[in-house]
Amino acid sequence: MDFLSEHQPELLPGKRSLPPVQGVIEAPHGTTIVAVTFPGGVVLAGDRRATMGNVIAQRDIEKVFPADEYSAVGIAGTAGLAVEMVKLFQLELEHFEKVEGTQLSLEGKANRLSTMIRSNLGMAMQGLAVVPLFAGYDVDREKGRIFSYDVTGGRSEEHGFAATGSGSLFARGAMKKLYREDLTEEQATTLVVQALYDAADDDSATGGPDVARRIYPIVTVITDEGFRKVTDDESSQIARSILERRLEQPDGPRAALL
Amino acid sequence: MSTPFYVSPQQAMADRAEYARKGIARGRSLVVLQYADGIVFVGENPSRALHKFSEIYDRIGFAAAGKYNEYENLRIGGVRYADLRGYTYDRDDVTARGLANVYAQTLGTIFSSAAEKPYEVELVVAEVGETPEGDQIYRLPHDGSIVDEHGSVAVGGNAEQISSYLDQRHRDGMSLAEALKLAVQALSRDTNGSEREIPAERLEVAVLDRTRPQKRKFKRIVGRQLSRLLEADGGAAPTDAPSDTEEESEE
Repeated sequence: MDFLSEHQPELLPGKRSLPPVQGVIEAPHGTTIVAVTFPGGVVLAGDRRATMGNVIAQRDIEKVFPADEYSAVGIAGTAGLAVEMVKLFQLELEHFEKVEGTQLSLEGKANRLSTMIRSNLGMAMQGLAVVPLFAGYDVDREKGRIFSYDVTGGRSEEHGFAATGSGSLFARGAMKKLYREDLTEEQATTLVVQALYDAADDDSATGGPDVARRIYPIVTVITDEGFRKVTDDESSQIARSILERRLEQPDGPRAALL
Repeated sequence: MSTPFYVSPQQAMADRAEYARKGIARGRSLVVLQYADGIVFVGENPSRALHKFSEIYDRIGFAAAGKYNEYENLRIGGVRYADLRGYTYDRDDVTARGLANVYAQTLGTIFSSAAEKPYEVELVVAEVGETPEGDQIYRLPHDGSIVDEHGSVAVGGNAEQISSYLDQRHRDGMSLAEALKLAVQALSRDTNGSEREIPAERLEVAVLDRTRPQKRKFKRIVGRQLSRLLEADGGAAPTDAPSDTEEESEE
């Protein structure tokens, strides 16, 4: 990035001058991302909808990307800017790894992302914010970790579960009731899809599983074996079994009252 | 005022080439070979930290003999070139040919500029293709010329002898274990024809493996996996596809 800013600064998002605009710019926005840790790793998932105002801009957008072998980013906010930020982030991690011959620590990666979000602050003030969720497997501490951000680049580590985007309130509520510390990988993937279902249930900008078009949430798992995207078949299986249960119980599983 | 001695351009170039060649010859040789599933880099390197081989991009690997600080400089330049290309355009737009051209320009300029001393390095840039026919290996001597190589190539001190040894014995479609063995045999021949033993700990081995599921095909082979490959019987080594789960974190 330092090299880029010296040689081709126009490629960096932060260096662009902003045209003065009145009101909000209409651009596709990504919506809900959720993450859950389980012993041995972390699951990061996102719905598939991008909205532009009250219009669904895209039904099958992918918002969860591998950052490198042991980490992933899920993006909420202005899709175009977010995708570019992820691309630059991936590039930087890979570049560092090749030049130094060793990977950045998970903290280092999280800090780097924080700086990149902060450099987008000008855009964010005009309504083009990017708020990602960063999840990774910490090879040194041998556990999955989640970092959430705000528009100013403020970084905070989340314990257990986290959500970002317009449906995050509902998703977080769902996860709060369903999360346990001893989840298996399979339970964790089911939990994130449940949370996304609840987000889609109450937030119009979040897409639920689309059975007719076979569009299901993107679910990724990061363990000590590295990043893995749950296949479409598996993901549809999870979504369908949840849908099946919800036909009987529309509000999903009930947590104990006391 | 004293008049500087006249040195003919031919003489000046010959002197510089002589200087660079001597510098390179002091280093240990390394070899790059094609095998059935990709390209293997083998060299003798007592250091675990200072690598002779490195990943440049998804399908492109780099090998260098000569002075460490000089080729390290070129390596980082190459990584920057490749990453910038890939970011500006697309990952597929980074090719070994393009990279080799940049290296040739750089080395050529340095070699013929009177202000700088010539680099004492010899490089190999290799790209693994979808099929063995798509593999590309370029050798870049100190003066900035490019040589398009096929099958096997050796650079460094004893290069000529090693490459003639390899040329006689290398064939297409070797398994990784076979190629590795051949490379080690070639490297362990001394100038006077006698053989010496190179222990596995002193070998640096890396592959560009086209069967790897990831986009990035470069992988170092170390530790147990290396000794297993070296022990494997040349003919019967079906399990030589590097398992990706092991030693992944070493890089």
